[in-house]
Amino acid sequence: MAIEVQESTQAKAPGRMGDKVFSTSSLVAGSLILAVLAAVAIFLVAQSLPAFLADPADVNDGQGFWTYVIPLVFGTIWAAALALVIALPFAIGIALFISHFAPRKLAQGLGYVIDLLAAVPSVVFGLWGITVLAPAVQPFYSWLVDNLGWIPLFAGPVSGTGRSILTVAVVLAVMILPIITALSREIFLQTPRLHEEAALALGATRWEMIKVAVLPFGRPGIISATMLGLGRALGETMAVAMVLSPSVIISFALIQSQNPTTIAANIALNFPEAHDLGVNVLIATGLILFLITLLVNSLARMVINRRKAFSGAN
Amino acid sequence: MTALVVPAPTSARHLSKAVMWITAGVSALVAFGIFAVLSAAGISEGFNIVAAVFVSAILFVLLSYVLSRIVEGRRKASDRLATGLVTTAFIVALLPLVSLVSTAFVNGLPRLDPLFFSSSMRNVVGQGGGGLHAIIGTLEITLAATVISVPIGIMTAIYLVEYGTGRLARAITFFVDVMTGIPSIVAGLFAFALFAIVLGPGIRFGIGGAVALSILMIPVVVRSTEEMLKLVPNELREASYALGVPKWLTIVKIVIPTAIGGIITGVMLSISRIIGETAPLLIIVGMSTSMNYNLFSDRMATLPVFVYTQYASQGSDAQAYIDRAWTGALVLIFIVMALNLIARLVSKLLAPKGLR
Repeated sequence: MAIEVQESTQAKAPGRMGDKVFSTSSLVAGSLILAVLAAVAIFLVAQSLPAFLADPADVNDGQGFWTYVIPLVFGTIWAAALALVIALPFAIGIALFISHFAPRKLAQGLGYVIDLLAAVPSVVFGLWGITVLAPAVQPFYSWLVDNLGWIPLFAGPVSGTGRSILTVAVVLAVMILPIITALSREIFLQTPRLHEEAALALGATRWEMIKVAVLPFGRPGIISATMLGLGRALGETMAVAMVLSPSVIISFALIQSQNPTTIAANIALNFPEAHDLGVNVLIATGLILFLITLLVNSLARMVINRRKAFSGAN
Repeated sequence: MTALVVPAPTSARHLSKAVMWITAGVSALVAFGIFAVLSAAGISEGFNIVAAVFVSAILFVLLSYVLSRIVEGRRKASDRLATGLVTTAFIVALLPLVSLVSTAFVNGLPRLDPLFFSSSMRNVVGQGGGGLHAIIGTLEITLAATVISVPIGIMTAIYLVEYGTGRLARAITFFVDVMTGIPSIVAGLFAFALFAIVLGPGIRFGIGGAVALSILMIPVVVRSTEEMLKLVPNELREASYALGVPKWLTIVKIVIPTAIGGIITGVMLSISRIIGETAPLLIIVGMSTSMNYNLFSDRMATLPVFVYTQYASQGSDAQAYIDRAWTGALVLIFIVMALNLIARLVSKLLAPKGLR
């Protein structure tokens, strides 16, 4: 409606300077965002080309770029996936608790408390992970290796410091919990009131009502919230860099002292000392990280947008 | 959809509140008993209160499930189980928050003294020294990032809500979403790549950090401002047009004042998001032990990087470095929480009447 009005106003009073200046500057600001994103891509590519084109013998003591980067990609995805597996059940539980179980008056405050987790800077999470969490879980890891060591995931020798990839995954899980919780909570609250009341009127208990009305309605929302959480976990840097005792390997073992590291943490740890081609190699790994997160986030956005189209019919 | 096909009738018998309290008491007693015995026998070191609370919660959930299964039947029992599990999930999620904040307080308080806020790390090895240079750096860089991001962000949101239609607006919306997901370290690499091409390799300076942080901040500002502008009722705009007010004056005098509370809240929340960013600053700003007020030359210290380097490169007197790191972390937490609280207050106080 506003647009129609605007056109008629302009038709009557053409050439108002203020209008022109204002609309042009807002257009420029919008286009600037597109330009910046294009610049991000172009400059990253420009600075990483030397690494892609370099003779493999010159990259990282003759390893070649791809042998260097593949363990990092593995570590990035592995750590993020572990974090997601830990965070997802909790996030859905918390979202349900806030949206459907907690007393109405408390719900908003409780949601705010969980949002506070998102406000804690990642470097503080790193500090906490290494000084509090890692020593606290180490005895538990020893117990796991002693008693469940036959499962490849828990194979020994156990990390003596607790700074293993499982600890990192727990820290990452805490960090991505707020975003998954916040989005799922919003979706759960949008469940049509009539669906819920219909289920309750048929004699369903609260849990059955959630199973038949809330969860099916919220499934696409949960999926996209999960993907956004995954995107966050993939790019998280400082917590991983500080907590993990890294090495460039591919290993599924969770609690050893030799752990695959992530792209982001590897950049943060090595960038200050890098020079010449080393800088280009690190920027190239950053470009790969950018592409991975771009893929994950775009998928999440597509799911969200498709759902928007559906909700019109609801 | 299968759960309700053949519902067994729920039993008329009901577990009273008193029974549930007794169950809770019994499970707490058992769990704390087990851990007391364990610590008395010397198997575990000291009394592990977190584990005891956790085990008693699990015990309570299981016990009430079994009781309810016997008395009330399967359907009510699984309802109780779900309620218990969901509540436990919430409480478990609070543990890291409580642990983190309390650890930061306990470890950060020893160095939360005037010296920390009045001295830099210049020529300091071992005890003493402080984070003044880092606090100044963080404030300057964050301010610069805000100055860059807020006009761009707000104007973009105005374009999307008031002017934009068609392809370009949809493209901007999509790419703002994409920008939200850029990892912070990639933003740092971008700023580095940009300035390395323009100004030569190995560049480190404050304004680069501000550019990197703007990349992270702009999408948040756009998103929140957009939401707020959309909430402004169309009737207000139309009333203004009917009085012959041009569009840009309508936006400046009617739309923005109506949404100003929400816009300020969004900006403050976006500042609280970037003020703790470490990775991009580590890459493009670097670290320094001295005061540097100049954004445009040389390395600067910032609070998050200060915390990181104090921890990562401890000197001979390690405890002094760890203490400084925790104090820095505590100050950061204070700043972020204060920003969050003020933002919520602003949105409450400036909310237009009628929308709340």
